[in-house]
Amino acid sequence: MATFSYPSIAEPSRILLFDKDKCVGCNVCVNTCSSDVMIPNPEKGGEPIVLFAEECWFCGSCVQECPHKALTLIPTASQRISTIWRRKATGEEFRMGMLDPPEPNTTPPVGRNH
Amino acid sequence: MNWHEYVNKTGKLPEWPYEVNYGKENVIESDVLVVGGGVAGCRAAISAAQHGVSVVVADRGFVKHSGQGGAGVDHWHGAVRNPCSKITPEMYSDVAMQVSGGYTNGAARYIIGMEGWDTLLELEQMGLQIRDEEGEFKDTIWRDEETKLLFAYDVDNKHCLRIYGNNVKPVVAREMLSMGVKVYERICVSSLLTENGVKGTRVIGATGVNDRTGEFYIFKAKAVVLATGGGSRLGSFAPFMTSGSAMTDINLVNMGHTIAWNAGAEMVMMEALTPEFGMGTGLGYAPYSMGNTDNTYQGARVVDTNLKYVPYANTKGELLTEEKQIFQAADPDKFVIGHGIGLATPVTSDYNVTTLDPKLAEKIRSGEYSLPLYDDFAGMPEKSRKIIWNLMLAQEGKCRVPIFENLQAWGFDPSQDMLQYAISADNGIHARTSWLAPEQTPKTWVSTKRQGGVFTDWRLQSSLPGLFVAGGNPLFGSGCHGEAQTTGRYCGRQAAVFAKNHPAVEPERGQIDREKDEVYTPVTKGGDVGWHEFNAALARVFQDYWNVKTEEIFDRGLIRMADLRRTEGNRMYANNPHELARAIECYRLTDLASCYWQSAKARKGSSKLLGFMRIDYPNVDEPEWHKFLPVSQTEKGVSVREAPCDYYLRDPYLTTLHDNYVKYAELD
Ligand SMILES: Cc1cc2nc3c(=O)[nH]c(=O)nc-3n(C[C@H](O)[C@H](O)[C@H](O)COP(=O)(O)OP(=O)(O)OC[C@H]3O[C@@H](n4cnc5c(N)ncnc54)[C@H](O)[C@@H]3O)c2cc1C
Repeated sequence: MATFSYPSIAEPSRILLFDKDKCVGCNVCVNTCSSDVMIPNPEKGGEPIVLFAEECWFCGSCVQECPHKALTLIPTASQRISTIWRRKATGEEFRMGMLDPPEPNTTPPVGRNH
Repeated sequence: MNWHEYVNKTGKLPEWPYEVNYGKENVIESDVLVVGGGVAGCRAAISAAQHGVSVVVADRGFVKHSGQGGAGVDHWHGAVRNPCSKITPEMYSDVAMQVSGGYTNGAARYIIGMEGWDTLLELEQMGLQIRDEEGEFKDTIWRDEETKLLFAYDVDNKHCLRIYGNNVKPVVAREMLSMGVKVYERICVSSLLTENGVKGTRVIGATGVNDRTGEFYIFKAKAVVLATGGGSRLGSFAPFMTSGSAMTDINLVNMGHTIAWNAGAEMVMMEALTPEFGMGTGLGYAPYSMGNTDNTYQGARVVDTNLKYVPYANTKGELLTEEKQIFQAADPDKFVIGHGIGLATPVTSDYNVTTLDPKLAEKIRSGEYSLPLYDDFAGMPEKSRKIIWNLMLAQEGKCRVPIFENLQAWGFDPSQDMLQYAISADNGIHARTSWLAPEQTPKTWVSTKRQGGVFTDWRLQSSLPGLFVAGGNPLFGSGCHGEAQTTGRYCGRQAAVFAKNHPAVEPERGQIDREKDEVYTPVTKGGDVGWHEFNAALARVFQDYWNVKTEEIFDRGLIRMADLRRTEGNRMYANNPHELARAIECYRLTDLASCYWQSAKARKGSSKLLGFMRIDYPNVDEPEWHKFLPVSQTEKGVSVREAPCDYYLRDPYLTTLHDNYVKYAELD
């Protein structure tokens, strides 16, 4: 692969992770974002391109609207490293983005809007 | 995928995906134009349409999720007329006036009190859940058995509700679209059109640029509702570090304030812009991602690192022993107003929310408590934990996906875990939002707390005929989410009545041409200054000449900003319509700064009530300066008027809140 010349790109580096098996390139996420952070992939069916990552305010609307549940919102490293919790009984510490996280907690929200 | 990944993979740069036509004109006519399709704007559009007029909405984003309220809400303030409430609209607005020293919008607070509950009931009819229908919180202090309503902040007076608001914006937008309202999205509105193109006359439309195509939009209308929300980017700008921690998205630049100011509308309280910990774009943590006891987390049990319990205190400083007391006023004659309604309380804290022990910071430094602190969810009774985490947090703005789902995906389990606070031993830690408060989060300039904005009458009409103002902003001194929907709904009704009684007026071509000339500068002239650099520079100027307050500094600020605008501003470039719209926002931010400085120059006295301390006029809150100073631009220059803080109860208005409301509210 060629090595390209890039401007250095400021934080955040990756705000969204697209699940390749699920994303069909429908661009619902592109059109949901009020800040127009993404553009459609020129290749039909390709996953959208995140163009203006620093304009994302991490509201998560694109994730919620994705009809294929293909999107994950990724907080910046400085935010992942500062969101920390402790298991009361054992004293173990966890954080967002940790290696080997515990099992996901799948308890739903209260109410019917989910 | 990321942009660089696409380039690596294909060896190509992606072309701009939308057809570009800079300057191509689209003309759209309606009876009522709503500028800004947030929750206030959507409600305005719905109520105007219900009154039988044609309605157009111009929004910067995608109305299903745009605006501060676009990603959810958990508290509905001002529902004082719900069947359980012990607060009357009179009490609500009188107390707002009392605690702020008269510096809020008394008329709007009353309108909110009168109509906030009805506005919520309509929302329920549209499909939003507002009650604990399943009885999840049966037999708790927060729930009323009969109505199934859930209360926040004050379980005795019951005027602030917990609602299931994660999907509030999709619900409101769907209702609006079902009523035949025409919506134009991705439009950066940047000017209001006035009769004969003259400042200070009737508003007859607006113009904007589409941020995908670069096309120009001319909206003509008989009445206009301004509902563009709040903003940041004026006092600090570092989006690559801050966007994720922001409480306003990057589209929000107080555009409504600026275009009203440019059209000659009177503005008030703009001088009350203080550096606050908090609500703007900070260099902070992800909102709601850490332990604290504020707002959504009110009532969380807090412990230190040795599991030592940290008590709450009421406004008298008394440490509380029971959970219920956290949701009660210290004095049974008072009530808890609730947090986050754009109300500063410099006169008395008697109506404030409970917080952790006010001596906490001291006690941390003396070793009585050891950091870090935690929200001890695991140690809470199940329903107390659930009402915070599974109800409020899951419904609150910017929380469902970024916090609730993300933390749970990483294994956070509130029945076993404790959520860590930001590390801090300063006063920020015992109150407010810990992720915004500590030393390591720089102060940012925000206008939301004391809320300067467009001066309005009992119809929420500005000094310019046909321009109605709604929302958390740019309506001066109004409030938050419920208040935004309520004032929006009220303005929609007023605008419809105005449109029925006033003929359409054709805009003046010269005004449109002047606007076009300016907004397309970055693509017609081109240059070497990117919008990021320009935005950072204008924020630099504003910080430098706002922080220290003297007449000379304000004058120098005006000169420096005009210099920046004329020099670097005219050298801004835009590579595509997206960048063009950001550049246009920057132009308007420089105009907004002049509104702040002119408002500051008008007040030749200091005021603790307004958080406005001048070096050259050090006397504080002198009675002769206790008043509003509506400031406006005219064709001849800046004009300043005076209005008493209770102007809405004086000539030409009637003397009681209720009589005025009945006279002006356009009740059917
Ligand atoms: C995370 C979070 C949680 C919150 N929680 C609560 C809560 O629980 N309770 C509460 O009372 N309040 C809450 N708020 C505040 C509340 O969301 C706002 O007060 C409310 O959304 C204001 O409504 P609005 O319609 O006035 O403004 P917004 O909702 O911000 O809408 C403004 C609209 O104007 C549009 N616009 C802006 N500029 C332009 C332009 N140049 N041209 C065209 N359109 C433009 C935007 O696209 C947007 O749609 C919260 C806010 C946040 C961020």
